[in-house]
Amino acid sequence: MRRKSGEQGSAAVAFTLATFLLIFTIVTVYLFVAKILWFPPAISQFGTQIDEQFHRTLIITGIVFVLAQLGLALAIFRSRERGQKVSFFEGNPAMEFLWTLATIIMFVGLGLYGEHAWAEARFQGAAPGALQLEVTGQQFAWNFRYAGPDGKFGATKPELVSASSGNPLGLDPRDATSKDDVVSPVAYVPAGQEVELLIRTQDVTHSFYVRELRLKQDAVPGMTIHMHFNATVPGQYELACAELCGLGHYRMRSFVNVVSPEEFDKWMRDQETALQQQ
Amino acid sequence: MVTHESGGHHHPPSGFIRKYIFSLDHKVIGIQYYVLALFSVFVGMALSLLMRIHLVWPSAKMPFTPGGQMTPEQYLALLTMHGSIMVFMVLTTAPQSGFGNFILPIQIGAEDMAFPVLNMLSFWVTFLSLVVLISAFFVTGGAPISGWTAYPTLSALGQIAGPGQGAGQTLWVIGVAIFCIGALLGALNFITTTVDLRTKGMTLGRMPLTVWSWLITAILGLLAFGVLLAACLLLLLDRVAGTSFFIPGGLVVTDTPIVSHTGGSPLLWQHLFWFFGHPEVYIAILPGMGVTSHVLSTFSRKPVFGYKAMVGALSAIGFLGFCVWGHHMFISGMSPYSAFAFSLLTMTIGVPSAIKTFNWLGTLWGGKIRFTTAMMFGLGFVSLFVTGGLSGLFLAQPSIDLYLHDTYFVVAHFHLIMGVASIFGIFAATYFWFPKMFGRMLNETIGKIHFWFTFIGVYTIFMPMHFLGLAGHPRRYADTTGVNFLAPLHSVHYFITIAAMITITAQLLFLFNFFYSMKAGQKAADNPWNATTLEWSIPSPPPFDNFAGHIPVVYRGPYEFSVPGATDDYIPQHVTPERVGKAH
Repeated sequence: MRRKSGEQGSAAVAFTLATFLLIFTIVTVYLFVAKILWFPPAISQFGTQIDEQFHRTLIITGIVFVLAQLGLALAIFRSRERGQKVSFFEGNPAMEFLWTLATIIMFVGLGLYGEHAWAEARFQGAAPGALQLEVTGQQFAWNFRYAGPDGKFGATKPELVSASSGNPLGLDPRDATSKDDVVSPVAYVPAGQEVELLIRTQDVTHSFYVRELRLKQDAVPGMTIHMHFNATVPGQYELACAELCGLGHYRMRSFVNVVSPEEFDKWMRDQETALQQQ
Repeated sequence: MVTHESGGHHHPPSGFIRKYIFSLDHKVIGIQYYVLALFSVFVGMALSLLMRIHLVWPSAKMPFTPGGQMTPEQYLALLTMHGSIMVFMVLTTAPQSGFGNFILPIQIGAEDMAFPVLNMLSFWVTFLSLVVLISAFFVTGGAPISGWTAYPTLSALGQIAGPGQGAGQTLWVIGVAIFCIGALLGALNFITTTVDLRTKGMTLGRMPLTVWSWLITAILGLLAFGVLLAACLLLLLDRVAGTSFFIPGGLVVTDTPIVSHTGGSPLLWQHLFWFFGHPEVYIAILPGMGVTSHVLSTFSRKPVFGYKAMVGALSAIGFLGFCVWGHHMFISGMSPYSAFAFSLLTMTIGVPSAIKTFNWLGTLWGGKIRFTTAMMFGLGFVSLFVTGGLSGLFLAQPSIDLYLHDTYFVVAHFHLIMGVASIFGIFAATYFWFPKMFGRMLNETIGKIHFWFTFIGVYTIFMPMHFLGLAGHPRRYADTTGVNFLAPLHSVHYFITIAAMITITAQLLFLFNFFYSMKAGQKAADNPWNATTLEWSIPSPPPFDNFAGHIPVVYRGPYEFSVPGATDDYIPQHVTPERVGKAH
């Protein structure tokens, strides 16, 4: 039987489109399974928790992705114009209801499950006795401050800020608690010990982002924001600014060095206090 | 206001200016909006191309850069203007103000929009806003560098915060504020028109899904743009009048204390901006959903699967869209408890989105698919909507967002869903309605080549960006050499840039097809697709007052395809019950 040319064209297009969707689905799934580009290993128990939730989400979205793309490919190929009669139907409330219920359970369930990690990170404060570490962003550098033996951060004043003369935070020398504060452009933290971050900025919004800690927090003008982490794997980890802060945003980085408690104590002893540096 | 009573036969204006420039005709205004968006999309694409080239070949000589090479601030200026132009001038105008203006009144059987003068004003206000926005390139310091989100204090402190943050940022704020006014006028007009000017028999349950999507989008626009307008005015006051809505005290910029401001909150801007910004995503994509449903049904020769569920899902997405702005702010310093609520509400949006996808597949299933270019873009929309939507489920969870926020994963997500899927909706609409708008057919062969380059192209550009994001690559980086861990990702950037160059070049095919077909395309019949809605019951292009004084009466739903017992496989909405089965 001779076919009309339109139907042949339709078969070719349907086949190509369905095949493309199939290949696209396979390649995408492969890339997410092969993990050629992936996050670096987590260095905290919290980071591992986030990775687990990521994988749960990946599995559920992966299933929906494959079903939807292949369903589309199948519908395109199967229902191409080939002289058939259309099967007339305007809906199927039972299937609609089932599908809706399934997605509610899947998506909302997933969301609820993921709240554990968030609650741990943000609803609870840092453990008692955590090392206090203040992080201050400014265009386009990071500065870290340790409270020193007195455990208190000294007062700072905007008018005293002078990065060029060695007082980037504007530490007030007349405040007694400032005397032992240590300021450093890179951070050292002891492995296996809880660290409480006090995140600040002097000028515009920046964002503290360390990939291996699975931690990101904006530094917001006018606010001091608390975060906490406990890194267990020693190493040097890069800190990159993650919120657009001006022309030097791309080079606003520093390092967080996770070292053994002994090395940390030694590093701390070797530091001059900020006011000595001036 | 146009009413049915005042109807009858209107006389078209005779002068060139009243006919084509300051026209009150919704069809001319729709085309004006479309051309504005078409111009803007090519500007926006050119900016992105320059950005992609700079990321891969940072030392490439660029004609407009004084020192030869592009500086970081020039990159950020391109980035800001790319986002602003694409979001406001393309994704907001083309689907809603462009096609909505042209098609909506005809699809509901009206002679024009409810307020034709307001309609003309909204276009010219939008045009003015485009001029103001683009003029930011030409002032001292250049265009702003704070991104289309313009977060204070970077956007509020002025020149001291960086080049482009002086006059350029001020013009940006004014331009966006003017845009809001145009969008508000348009939204009012769309809502009034749909509510008041439906013809006899055009009940809510018989409205095409396109009309539903334009109506819901207009409601979103009315509620969202008012908030952005207010936010822009506050930011403008902070910049020029010394107020401190968004600027707290005690700031120091490059060793210079800022003494003139105190007491403001940068987070206030983020709340106001995203209260607009999230609904804006749906303003961009809901019309695309409407068009996709419409086109899928027409070319499957089958009714839309679950019409009522589709309307319900559109409404649910629109409503939920106002409850989730906080998911842009999980790491902003906002209360972590509210993140909990915003997260669950965001996951809930997955449900109506899944309903839509399911129903699109249900519409195709068992149909008789004709692969017109419009249909292929509609099918592409479904695929892109799924791909771009699912990555949202990662970002909707605050714990995962701690890692992925502000990385290229987000760039991949919003480009696929808000950018590319919406653009596919616009393409589907263009290939579908071009015959009605201009009386000629677009070339289908060029159209299909254009489709393949675009469909494969956008996936090859944006899929790899997910992996850049997983590797932790922050977005909005002018250079990939400032941070060590970005070095291994260079080859991915290279791949993306090549893909972008090919895909953007292929868009010239569309431009050629558009203007060539307008002049020399095959003449279009009144109803070339054998479609059912009212715009296909009148000549192509339609006469000045759409129905030449004979307002149609509607007797049936919008998607009566392949109805058992009928002789033809489609029954237009205006066909009376007695005439079904007879020739029409």
